[in-house]
Amino acid sequence: MIEVKDIYKSFDGNQVLKNVSVIFETGKTNMIIGASGSGKTVLMKSIIGLYRVDTGRIEYDNRNLPDMRMSEIRILRREVGMLFQGSALFDSLNVLENVIYPLEMFSSNSKEEMIERAYFCLKRVNLEEKSFHLAPSEISGGMQKRVAIARAIALQPKYLFCDEPNSGLDPITSLIIDQLIHEITYEFDITTIINSHDMNSVMEIGENIIFIEKGEKVWQGNKDDIFHVENKDLNDFVFASELYKKVKTTNQ
Amino acid sequence: MNIVSDTGKYFLLMKRVFVLPDRSYMFFRQFPKELEKLGLQSLPIVIIISVFIGAIMTIQTKLNTENPLLPTYSTGLVTRDTLLLEFSSTIMCLILAGKVGSNIASEIGTMRITEQIDALEIMGVNSANYLILPKIVAFVVMMPFLVIFSMAVGLIGGYCVGVFTDVITTADYLIGIQYAFIPFYVFYSIIKSLAFAFIISSVAAFYGYYAYGGALDVGKASTNAVVNGSILILFFNLLITNLMLN
Ligand SMILES: Nc1ncnc2c1ncn2[C@@H]1O[C@H](COP(=O)(O)OP(=O)(O)OP(=O)(O)O)[C@@H](O)[C@H]1O
Ligand SMILES: [Mg+2]
Repeated sequence: MIEVKDIYKSFDGNQVLKNVSVIFETGKTNMIIGASGSGKTVLMKSIIGLYRVDTGRIEYDNRNLPDMRMSEIRILRREVGMLFQGSALFDSLNVLENVIYPLEMFSSNSKEEMIERAYFCLKRVNLEEKSFHLAPSEISGGMQKRVAIARAIALQPKYLFCDEPNSGLDPITSLIIDQLIHEITYEFDITTIINSHDMNSVMEIGENIIFIEKGEKVWQGNKDDIFHVENKDLNDFVFASELYKKVKTTNQ
Repeated sequence: MNIVSDTGKYFLLMKRVFVLPDRSYMFFRQFPKELEKLGLQSLPIVIIISVFIGAIMTIQTKLNTENPLLPTYSTGLVTRDTLLLEFSSTIMCLILAGKVGSNIASEIGTMRITEQIDALEIMGVNSANYLILPKIVAFVVMMPFLVIFSMAVGLIGGYCVGVFTDVITTADYLIGIQYAFIPFYVFYSIIKSLAFAFIISSVAAFYGYYAYGGALDVGKASTNAVVNGSILILFFNLLITNLMLN
């Protein structure tokens, strides 16, 4: 469980996050949704400590991140996996080496065990063996996301962060990636947090959803409540597509 | 104001760079690659520029000092001392600031904007140490070799003038480059170049590491690395020369 209490974050006087408090539950796919530029990435990076918050508490199972020293944060991070908006695979390493990298850095396993674990993770995200020795630039965006997921779960994280896992993907691949994240969350009992502005993902896997607007949390709930909210910004967001307008009218 | 806060940020970054690597074999895996990329791959440009400058300097010196009172060996002597004192260290480093500085800044800057540095941090890796330390150490280690190479090739360039033209005879030139040789000049040059190598690689790494935005900002970071690296080289050249030769 990750508990965020009253965090504020600004960049050079530009207040990006205001008074955000939220609880992310273990074994669930928690989602942060909001329009582009609303501060989702900043919120996520603040929770992980890539950005230092101005004030507020961020508790990882009762360990408060802003109180920690850099060396302690580094130890906590070994329990964290993250999938970045642009995959962020290391260009200088091939697919397999990308997944082995965190293992080499932090596990005391033998070379064979690391390779075995990397194979397991890559197969878990349904990648074929023939692509294991290709460079990241030689595989498609969807495959890059899968490699990034494999890399994120290599060290068996307790917390998994996904920043727009399906941006730039076609609807079918998006769905596959979403479901993959959902399955992995259950299978390994991970606290998963997903940033998204895709309503399809929300309806597919959103179990605990928060909506942020201009850096403030406006609403929290689940995918069943989301159609019955009297907030204009949230409504604009949810019913931006014709499909969900129809869903609403048929429900009424 | 910006200078003050940037300087502070630079030293904080260096504090993170100069710690023992988490996994030393990761360092030693990266280190030879950097030796090759930053050192060996700079050799062609060092050779080309040194040989030409050596030759041109010999011709220029000869043509501008047509005075029967000056001994015939003076051309070789002036060429040698200019190469040893300034060209092979300072000017060479200004050129390398362009090549190596932009290379380091754009490589690290690209890793920053594509979130690869964040990915390293998330894994709990000290990204500054992992990415920057091998580059600085490799470049500083390679620098003396580049400087000595540049000196030798520059002198050969001057010799070629004697062989291929009749501006100067090879005999005069050879006497000149051996006349009143002061070994300390080579030492002085190497010390300077070590400082410059550190400046080039660390300043470039700094601008790359703190790049923010898109591809255009990586370009800006690399320009800043070259411009500010060069200015710092000139400044430290003055400082070290004052300390060592006065
Ligand atoms: N490192 C930074 N320095 C300064 N300002 C920043 C920084 N990172 C983000 N911002 C600002 O914070 C605001 C929120 O950005 P953020 O990237 O969190 O949006 P987002 O919700 O993730 O959008 P998207 O859906 O497009 O990814 C933006 O106005 C941005 O300019
Ligand atoms: Mg974002």
